[in-house]
Amino acid sequence: MAYSDKVVDHYNNPRNVGSFSKDTPGVGTGLVGAPECGDVMKLQIKVNLDTGVIEDAKFKTFGCGSAIASSSLATEWLKGKTVDEAAKIKNTDIVNELKLPPVKIHCSVLAEDAIKAALADYRDKHASTGAPVASQ
Amino acid sequence: MLKFPIFMDSQSTTPVDPRVVEAMIPYFTEKFGHPASRNHSFGWDAENAVDRAREQIAKIIGARDPKELVFTSGGTESINLAIKGISEMYREKGNHIVTTAIEQRASLDVCKRLERQGCVVTYVPVRPDGLVELDAIREAITDKTILISVMYANNEIGTIQDMAAIGKLAKEKGIIFHADATQAVGKIPVNVEAAGIDLLSCTAHLIYGPKGVGALYVRRKAPRVRLAPLIDGGGHERGMRSGTLPVPLIVGFGRAAEICGEVMADEGARLGKLRDHLQDMILSNVAEAYLNGHPDRRLPHNLNISFAYVEGESVLMGLNKESALSSGSACTSSTLEPSYVIGALGASAELAHSSIRFSLHRFTTDEEVEHVGARTIDVVKRLREMSPLYELAKEGVDLKSIRWKAD
Repeated sequence: MAYSDKVVDHYNNPRNVGSFSKDTPGVGTGLVGAPECGDVMKLQIKVNLDTGVIEDAKFKTFGCGSAIASSSLATEWLKGKTVDEAAKIKNTDIVNELKLPPVKIHCSVLAEDAIKAALADYRDKHASTGAPVASQ
Repeated sequence: MLKFPIFMDSQSTTPVDPRVVEAMIPYFTEKFGHPASRNHSFGWDAENAVDRAREQIAKIIGARDPKELVFTSGGTESINLAIKGISEMYREKGNHIVTTAIEQRASLDVCKRLERQGCVVTYVPVRPDGLVELDAIREAITDKTILISVMYANNEIGTIQDMAAIGKLAKEKGIIFHADATQAVGKIPVNVEAAGIDLLSCTAHLIYGPKGVGALYVRRKAPRVRLAPLIDGGGHERGMRSGTLPVPLIVGFGRAAEICGEVMADEGARLGKLRDHLQDMILSNVAEAYLNGHPDRRLPHNLNISFAYVEGESVLMGLNKESALSSGSACTSSTLEPSYVIGALGASAELAHSSIRFSLHRFTTDEEVEHVGARTIDVVKRLREMSPLYELAKEGVDLKSIRWKAD
């Protein structure tokens, strides 16, 4: 099974690898998956507390090339979106963009879970501060 | 000069040695006869060629009589014939089979099918170094045991079992002993007499021969082993495997075995040295890289390493433009399960996902080993920089203390 060009590109040139300090205001962190399953994604967003726009996103992934590509793509898509818009990213969008085969769909599901987890973490931390958070 | 891609996956298959191809060619077009045609020279030529191949293969496994070899389509068929054939033939004597947890898929799948049909199978666990304890086999034996089936050398970790000890035990107990020697024959000295092996599976494509042909050694004396065939027909191969023999493939198998017999000592020593170098290079440059399998009792061309914090397929993806290797990662298997062999050693599932197998071969060069070693080190380091597990470990977080949400 050959990889799609886009998966190879994200694997070779992953976008937005890195970490924010979890305690920085505006940062939401999602850590999903499990080492024994062979996939762990950490995805972080940094939200502008005045506008609710995701200004930056970073990821680190333990997993196969498709998992790396899914999370790399997710960070690209998150940047510039409001938290509301971010919540609408679906795993199927990732599947279509990266042309993932059926056996790799779980990678896109994990990326969607990581986005949701990061948004939830952001919401939990900031709901009481009056900052813009996604509508439930 | 390096030529890409570099093939370092010889335990999945090997290239056919040009000398083997040369030996095969006349048997496609000129000497194309059916070896069972008894009345003309085409048949005689084919039969002679098959007999010669039988002798060549008998010689590298130490069989007394070339007639003890039954040609099959390959290792999988040989294993099927051995285990199912014994199970059916000796049904009245018993229904229990003893095997190990790290057998190849073919053996395990045959055993699972037989279990559904009423057989009882004991999968003896192995030690962390991949060796099966003789006492564990002894304890598994019951008065219903009709077969002990053990792989000679493992396809993933290369660990070589103490076949002579198991053979001796089998003989004491009067139980038939099958060796899956697909990875061992032609690579290390194998002798069915010295090891007390009654049935032995082997295949051509792992010894620089063609794909599509294998053999099952079936002992004829002390004890005379009988088998129920899987395939009925013209009664070829002493009734154990009907079907027109693929003469060109068999000729190639024979020649491949002959060459292995001639070069085995030198080749094993050369590859062992290269392998040791690759191992040292990687282990001395990458922290938390772990050798899988036994450090000494191991095939000389095999190296299997788990790299903590990185997933195997992602490592291969970083290498696959230039080299061909394999991994125990779930993502490289059709079942989405990580390597059960590495798992059986007691390693964590995470390390099973992280295992990479390097298997060298006759045509592997020093430069190839240098190149693959250096690239592997680079790729693992790069992937660790983007691994959340590595980051957590560096922060001093115990990964086991995290409540992971498995999907």
